[in-house]
Amino acid sequence: MLLSVLVFLPAFAGLLILLLPSDRAQQSRWVALLGSLVALAISLVMFFNFETGGGFQYVAREPWIDVGFFDIQYFLAVDGLSMPLVVLTTFLTTASVLISFNIEHRPRAYFASLMVLSTAVLGVFTAMDFLLFFLFWELELFPMYLLISIWGSGRREYSAMKFVLYTVAGSAFMLVAILALAFSAGTFDMQVLGSGEPITSAVLPLRWVFLFLFIGFAVKLPIVPLHTWLPDAHSDAPTAVSVMLAGVLLKMGGYAIIRTCVTILPGQANDYGIWLAAIGSISVLYGAFVTFRQTDVKRLIAYSSVSHMGLVLLGIGALGTTAMVGAAYQMLAHGLITGMLFVVVGLMYERTHTREIGKLGGLARQMPLIATGLVFAGFASVGLPALAGFIAEVTVFIGAFQKHEWAVLMAIFGVVLSAGYILWTLQRVVFGPVRHEWDEADDQRHWWEHASVVGLAALVILLGVYPSLIMDMLDPAIGVVSARVAG
Amino acid sequence: MSELDIVGPQLAILLAAGAVLVWDALLPSRRQYLPYIALAGILGAAIWTSTWVIRGDFQTAFDGTFAIDQYAVFFQYVFAGITAIVVIASIDWVDRVGRRQSEYFALVLTASAGLMFLAGARDLITIFLALELSSIPQYILAGWGKDQRSSEAGMKYLLLGAIASALLLYGMALLYGFAGSTLLTDISAAISNSGADNRSLLVVASILLIAGFGFKMAVVPFQMWVPDVYQGAPTPVAAFLSVGSKAAAFAVVMRLFFEGLGEQFLSNDWAMIFAVIAAVSMTLGNVLAIVQRDIKRMLGYSSIAQAGNFMIGLAAISILGEHFVQGASGVLLFVAAYAFTNLGAFIAVIGISQRIGSDDIADYAGMWRRAPLLALALAICLISLAGIPPTAGFWAKLYVFNAGIQADLAWLVIIGVLNSVISAYYYLAVVRQMFLGEAEEEQRLAISPTVGLALGVATVGVIVFGIIPTPLVDAAREAAAIFAVS
Repeated sequence: MLLSVLVFLPAFAGLLILLLPSDRAQQSRWVALLGSLVALAISLVMFFNFETGGGFQYVAREPWIDVGFFDIQYFLAVDGLSMPLVVLTTFLTTASVLISFNIEHRPRAYFASLMVLSTAVLGVFTAMDFLLFFLFWELELFPMYLLISIWGSGRREYSAMKFVLYTVAGSAFMLVAILALAFSAGTFDMQVLGSGEPITSAVLPLRWVFLFLFIGFAVKLPIVPLHTWLPDAHSDAPTAVSVMLAGVLLKMGGYAIIRTCVTILPGQANDYGIWLAAIGSISVLYGAFVTFRQTDVKRLIAYSSVSHMGLVLLGIGALGTTAMVGAAYQMLAHGLITGMLFVVVGLMYERTHTREIGKLGGLARQMPLIATGLVFAGFASVGLPALAGFIAEVTVFIGAFQKHEWAVLMAIFGVVLSAGYILWTLQRVVFGPVRHEWDEADDQRHWWEHASVVGLAALVILLGVYPSLIMDMLDPAIGVVSARVAG
Repeated sequence: MSELDIVGPQLAILLAAGAVLVWDALLPSRRQYLPYIALAGILGAAIWTSTWVIRGDFQTAFDGTFAIDQYAVFFQYVFAGITAIVVIASIDWVDRVGRRQSEYFALVLTASAGLMFLAGARDLITIFLALELSSIPQYILAGWGKDQRSSEAGMKYLLLGAIASALLLYGMALLYGFAGSTLLTDISAAISNSGADNRSLLVVASILLIAGFGFKMAVVPFQMWVPDVYQGAPTPVAAFLSVGSKAAAFAVVMRLFFEGLGEQFLSNDWAMIFAVIAAVSMTLGNVLAIVQRDIKRMLGYSSIAQAGNFMIGLAAISILGEHFVQGASGVLLFVAAYAFTNLGAFIAVIGISQRIGSDDIADYAGMWRRAPLLALALAICLISLAGIPPTAGFWAKLYVFNAGIQADLAWLVIIGVLNSVISAYYYLAVVRQMFLGEAEEEQRLAISPTVGLALGVATVGVIVFGIIPTPLVDAAREAAAIFAVS
């Protein structure tokens, strides 16, 4: 019950926002903030009452469509893997609402879309019926399309359409795989599919099923070469949408690979784990190299995301408990750090109206607070010890080293590169000669802007110094998965 | 008397067609009541059909050439619904054209009666007569407009339709020559007696039949009339053509091929034909739809692609053998969902095009500000056509694809889902145009209440069955179950 409330609360807030009379449209931000804060509170209550190692909890389950072969349930639940991701989602939703507080163009539609997006993502993380999962997966497209194409910049319609088409193409394969699995196993229930004896044959060869599911999720993750929608979407999306996109939408891919590909088809995961690791480390390296060439700060962060999400795939490809815990931790860390980077860059852009690295410089003098935020987030992204990213990267490397030595070595090289591009960027943007265009820039304009930066920074530090808060929760849930893979 | 009772729904509609003509002759000053007479006839047909559902005692008439069973009932409801929506949506347009109103409604009703006869026909001659009864009025209707394009559409439709009828008759003649009977049940018995000896003859007959019906379904390579006729014919007529004759062709093909030609050695052959046609229709229809600038031509090409989707279901059923209820109900579900979705889309086009006087997709820019409800309804219908949840179209596609997976036609399903992606592109392009495009003028469009009503019914159906698909799915399953018995 609590979980159902949590999942649909943002969408309900979105509905309320749409019902506001047009002369009170500016109030919609407060409704959105209230809705997202309540959702955050609920998710925190759930988080702290979560019984570690207790399997699936907060179960909400009703029969929904039951006709002949199709037995589709309304089935939501969280386990140690999804619980932290749920909190991440509600937290970043709140942050996104805060940084879009001064939206003036059609605020009702904007906040309603943002809220529906939040519901869709929460649904993906909690749905335990494969078809319900698919429906939430598709639901996320509508608000994203609107958010990018109406409130975006640059080639926003092109980018929005590209985003939609890539995702729909991936989910087309996913749907085939879901139907094949469900037909062979006789159920859409992901809990049933993911426990007991793994299915050994289906109407399609299982390696195809695995591949099709993987394609659907890999587009979201994204991996090289399916990543080209990401830089476009990021550079044209409004700040808050970039935060949601990098912070939680990409995580849907990693989460789904662990939850479905690996858990439901452990045998195939064993066969193809090496490929996942290889693709992962190629993504790390390729993303890092391409990042060096970027001149637009948002595109730079987007490509660095490709690189960092490659680590997630590398961790999953190793299939051991430690490596997959590392992958899950990397998802959380990347969500917070990259979310923070986009927030800070968004604040910077509002003042300088440019994202071209070549036109920026010396911001440390004119906007000390924003510059501090950028430096902090940059260091976190590099993987500075005592910050969240470090723990994640180290765990992935330790876990994956035994199994795929060469892939880890490649990926470590990629991390070294990331230190290079981040520090180089910071040097050009934050330090260097002062430019006088922005002498008048107001560093601390609104309380809400700083609230989200400070909140994100606090969590990055918390996850960096107290990892067991999350690790203890991830460990048993992932342990079940890796035990299945081990046979 | 009991035989008249069995064809009662069809008679009710024909009666209404006659009444419309007489009313116009006797009371020309009260023309505005004509559509209501037509609607009364359709309502009568629906009620009569319902009495058969309540009686539950299904039977055949005229020496087994015509049956009322769950399958026929399902389609009679679908056709009654289609005709009613088309009649309501036509009121405004017919009024504006202002000539020969009674003939228009009489022809629509006659065509509709033909479609209903097709649903229950179990004999080659009955099938052919019913098909012509529905086709000839549609040829005339396609040429109903005053402009040259409409005349061209009517002529094109007539000539190609005649060729299709000829092919169909030739196929039927081969079957008759083989079995010595026109009854589907006799043909089926003759085929299983003779075994695989006459396979090549039967395959040729099947190909001719598929060609003849393929024209009505508008599948590749029998699709060339579609874009021109849809564009040229008056929009309400195009709406009727796009769903009525297509749905009827699928209804009759399923009965013909399962009751008559269902023998396994044969069905594997025609399943392959269906599968190839499905793949080609979807791909060609979708690719050509992308480049269209005229929304009616776009809908025309998209309807070719949609027919390809139905065909996946047909191909799957043929392979599945005894498990085919799953696939057959998928096709039925698809037919019903498609019928109302496509009608909705066409009606929205009627509403918009009449006011702005253009079918150009570019002129739909900013429609969200000029006619919010029309734009919203059109968007919902297009999303349903693209098969995106939560709409009826999604469940229809899901069922058909699922049948394909079960029938081991994964290659076809993959082509199908990739085509869904292509189709999403051009359907959503219209949505994008309406919601994000900048209108050249801001003037609000008035919607006639009748168009609004017809559109409302179709759109609400699309959404309601998108969220609660169970009743429709159950109905489709019951209708499909008759094949399991025979």
